[in-house]
Amino acid sequence: MSEIKRPDDRKFDKLRDIEIKLKVIKNARGSAMFRIGKTTAIAGVYGPKDLYPKHLQNPKKGKIRVYYDLMSFSVSERKRPGPSKRSSELDMVIRDALDSVVMLDKFPKLVVDIFIEIPEADAGTRCASICAASLALADAGIPMKDLISAVSAGKLGKVIVLDINKEEEDWKEGATDIPVAYSEALGKVLLLQLDGSISSEELTQAVKLGIKGCKEITELQKKAIKEFYK
Amino acid sequence: MTGLLVKEKEIVVPGEILAEGLEFIPSHGTYRLGDKIYSTVIGVFSPENKILKIVPINSPYLPSVGDVVIGKIADVGTTFWIIDAGIGYNVFLPLSAASRGYVDTRKTDIAKMFNVGDDVAVLIENVSSSMMVDGSMKEPGTGKLIGGKIIEVNPAKIPRIIGKKASMIQMIKEKTDCRITVGQNGKIWINGEPDKILFVVKIITKITEEAHKSGLTDKIKEILEKGDINE
Repeated sequence: MSEIKRPDDRKFDKLRDIEIKLKVIKNARGSAMFRIGKTTAIAGVYGPKDLYPKHLQNPKKGKIRVYYDLMSFSVSERKRPGPSKRSSELDMVIRDALDSVVMLDKFPKLVVDIFIEIPEADAGTRCASICAASLALADAGIPMKDLISAVSAGKLGKVIVLDINKEEEDWKEGATDIPVAYSEALGKVLLLQLDGSISSEELTQAVKLGIKGCKEITELQKKAIKEFYK
Repeated sequence: MTGLLVKEKEIVVPGEILAEGLEFIPSHGTYRLGDKIYSTVIGVFSPENKILKIVPINSPYLPSVGDVVIGKIADVGTTFWIIDAGIGYNVFLPLSAASRGYVDTRKTDIAKMFNVGDDVAVLIENVSSSMMVDGSMKEPGTGKLIGGKIIEVNPAKIPRIIGKKASMIQMIKEKTDCRITVGQNGKIWINGEPDKILFVVKIITKITEEAHKSGLTDKIKEILEKGDINE
């Protein structure tokens, strides 16, 4: 694999700096902040609580609701506040990733609400959101099979790299962005999206690199929790 | 490699491998996948022989049979009450489980026994697989809670507040002359002299803050004897 000069001088398989904080929202049952480079996600978990309207209740399983919100000052040009087409798509992909690890059968009929705010965005917000949400769920004591993490892999020009930032996303020779969420305990990829064009061999390479990044993040998440309760 | 992979009393996180091998049995806060046993919550690993268990640091309350919970009457029916205990599920209290004698529902309005908004302590008698919760008020320690103050704490800290064989709560009751009912759902009712109530609230807050530390009972005993929380 040929090397490439990245805007922030990272190696192709290096993540940005990661900072993790637990219990950042006092009124939430569980909360966490996840910062990767200049992207910050704050997640708060509320519930399990009653689900209304009642026809949405499932007597066998609980439910997760995710609300993703990009704050209006988080991006370089003001973002109109409120839900959008993009945010509802992200609600869905984040929820689907979390659905497969949270043990929903432990709280039938109830709902767990997860609110994610992005105060600062520099690409990779959905991945940061998944990391923050999974930490917040663990902090809330919601039983889950694994702590999950996500990171974007991608292709800049002809080179496969890990954890793309905004400057690289707008790469002049074309950038491909592939967010990957992974659970180590289950050994499963929980989120895989693709924006751009890539050959099938390169895709395999990128996903492998993404999984490696996810494993690194999971280690950091575990370390942060253990440090917090030391 | 088989055997335990985590030491006792160590903090574990979800997805951590606790043990490998089919001789281990997963219990609270754990699950089995293949021949490995994984953790599902953040908590303290406390195995009992081959039974692997985790005592969670924070956990939402899920109803289980035999628990006393504290809630508010949310609705009054002709022969039953619905209690909202803040646990997501409504507790159903039939008249037969609340009254010792015969009540003629045609002549008396059962709202005179418990009305909407009344605070009650209720025993969970049955929980069905689809989480229908039935309550009972025939046991001692249950019934209407008149006066006093209800505080809310993290349900995961309740066992620590009660203590081994109710040692902690018994000690607090004796030293402060307060009447205390602890609900497993994290609600605690305290009644007594106004300044004593505030003192008990301070003590309970201290217990929840230092729940994971050892030697807490002695520390609380010292504070109770001094009658003042400020050190």
